[in-house]
Amino acid sequence: MRARTPVLCAVLALLGTLLTACSGGGEADDGRVTLRFQSLAWQQESVAATEELVAEWNAAHPDVRVEYVQGSWDSVHDQLLTSFEGGEAPDVIHDASDDLADFAYGGYLADLRGLLSERLTADIPERTWRTATFGDGVYGVPFLQEPRVLIANTALLRAADVRVPTVAEPWTWEEFRRVTRRLSGDGVHGVAWPLKEPVSATLNLSLSAGGRLFHRDADGRARIRFGPADQVVPETIRAQTGTDGSASRTTLGSGGSDTLPGFFAGRYAMVPLGFSYRQQIVQQAPEGFEWQVLPAPAGAAGLSQGVSPQTLSIAEDSPHKEEAAAFLDFLLRPANMVRLALGDWMLPTGTEALRDPALHTDEDGWATGTALAGHLRPAPAQSVRGYPEWKDKIATPAFQEYYSGAIGLGELRRRLEDDGNLVLARYQR
Amino acid sequence: MNLRPGRAARGGQYAALLAYLLFLAFPFLWLLSTAFKPPRELASLHPTWIPKDPTLANFRQAFDEQPLLHAALNSLAVAAGAAVIAVLVATPAAYVTARLRTRLSRAATGWVVVGQAFPFVLVIIPLFLVLKNLRLVDSVPGLVMVYVVWALPFALWMLAGYVRAVPAELEEAAAVDGAGRLRTLVSVTAPLLAPGVVATGLFAFISAWNEFFFALVLLKTPQKQTLPVVLTHFVGAEGVADLGPLAAAALLATLPSLVVFAIVQRRITSGLLAGAVKS
Repeated sequence: MRARTPVLCAVLALLGTLLTACSGGGEADDGRVTLRFQSLAWQQESVAATEELVAEWNAAHPDVRVEYVQGSWDSVHDQLLTSFEGGEAPDVIHDASDDLADFAYGGYLADLRGLLSERLTADIPERTWRTATFGDGVYGVPFLQEPRVLIANTALLRAADVRVPTVAEPWTWEEFRRVTRRLSGDGVHGVAWPLKEPVSATLNLSLSAGGRLFHRDADGRARIRFGPADQVVPETIRAQTGTDGSASRTTLGSGGSDTLPGFFAGRYAMVPLGFSYRQQIVQQAPEGFEWQVLPAPAGAAGLSQGVSPQTLSIAEDSPHKEEAAAFLDFLLRPANMVRLALGDWMLPTGTEALRDPALHTDEDGWATGTALAGHLRPAPAQSVRGYPEWKDKIATPAFQEYYSGAIGLGELRRRLEDDGNLVLARYQR
Repeated sequence: MNLRPGRAARGGQYAALLAYLLFLAFPFLWLLSTAFKPPRELASLHPTWIPKDPTLANFRQAFDEQPLLHAALNSLAVAAGAAVIAVLVATPAAYVTARLRTRLSRAATGWVVVGQAFPFVLVIIPLFLVLKNLRLVDSVPGLVMVYVVWALPFALWMLAGYVRAVPAELEEAAAVDGAGRLRTLVSVTAPLLAPGVVATGLFAFISAWNEFFFALVLLKTPQKQTLPVVLTHFVGAEGVADLGPLAAAALLATLPSLVVFAIVQRRITSGLLAGAVKS
């Protein structure tokens, strides 16, 4: 017993020291409001732009200080969920609209109706507000968005002498298929589809063909119907990778970045990517490499495509919602929205910001992307309860197997509809 | 005549060992190569092991963009604190459970080791609430306590094995020679346990140094964030990463573990061999 006493004392002393050190952790109340703003900006330019705007706010508002906290896209959902459950969430939260449903329905986010200024409310189009509307409430301000575009090797397009599409005269899906056939040969594929996340890419692009996939019954319940319009994009991709051989099969499981080495090496004439990938292309493209931004193909519904914009929300538990809303209003003034958009190589959602000349230059394809802004719609199903489970357990493996040629269209439809509706039914009892 | 198959077998063994070493070293060597490549080489269709145009720009950018040094110091404090406390708590507990083979000690050991089976996601919310009540959220000591608790089951199990490897007859012989319990522990048992204590401390240090999720959830103040959390700031939406700076920062993050292991590994192996001979 005597032998254990010194060790035990040492351990207890250490633990006691730790607990003592912790007990004085709170800040003294100096009467000022402090808002914690968790930002997911990560690229050098966007972090700089966000930090500058926070500094400008703090300089102009000494009584409402904003503390910049760097978050991470990689783990934001789990981290926020834990923070909400523990009552320690940041006041202002940066996220994406397709990640908000659980938090909005769970009561963790403040309904922003009545909190936001009329200017900001009117500046963002109604169709964009719908991306952050869940039930009757609005739980985030959508502020940055990106269309999926075709990044093309200019030299290969020129050599194949194909018509170059514009936003005014885009390719149809059928024409796109013909063009990729023409661009293929001699070790070159007309297109490389990076379909590591096949569901969002397929569903978002399917809006152009009039695809909806998720329909509402008379009782308001969501049901999946994989109709002819929903099949246009999957069938085109399947034909390109299969019968045509005009799309690389090796990139079907890749992320967007993984396709760039092959694109730079001239193996792929085009790569469908998010608009913000241009930054990587500017950084990594070999000297003299010519590239351009083309609109994604159009279908029966024109150039429409689904997007899940980045959002800014306010925590329901925040005791300073009005101050947080005032900060959002400052952060999303048109000029500031442009700074954030340029930093992230994305498009602002505000109509005023979209008029900024910096977004209409031909350099790096800005003008093409900005011209697509009016065609962007809420991503299908992001507000449908059960969508994440349907996507992970049913749709992702089904689309992957379909694109790889392992199953046919009938089996794809059966899985999406029959298996998928069983999943949705559990969430809609 | 007998030497030929022996040489062939030995050659095969060395070849297999070399292949295994390369397999183990591959991620580190790839990280090393990536950290010194400029963006254009990173996007090359035919990557090379040796950078054609090596650059330190990735390291400069990593340090410019993120407070890596500060985060490394935080990680060092947290990992060292967790390792020291885990060893201090686990050593006497392991001694008792190894030497007193009662039903209670066996049950206690089993219960503690079962604690290792719970995944992070299962405990994080209750843990967060407990720490919040103790006002230990967003505090480095709070994180150290979590790491200690997390490391203890394995540390206890590991150290108990080392204690069992020390023959009880040595302690009995010391007692016959007139040494008291304390003297026996200090002069006979402790030196033989040293390699085990070092190995256990190393395990606790490395697991705390590399841990990400608890640090992400529990630390909110940017100045308190540890290195694994800061590393994720180089990763954007949909897994897009700033690969060069990320590799440079990750390379720097792996160095302390390698250095610590390089320093203590000789002691661990020699201690293990000594124990083996004695038993």
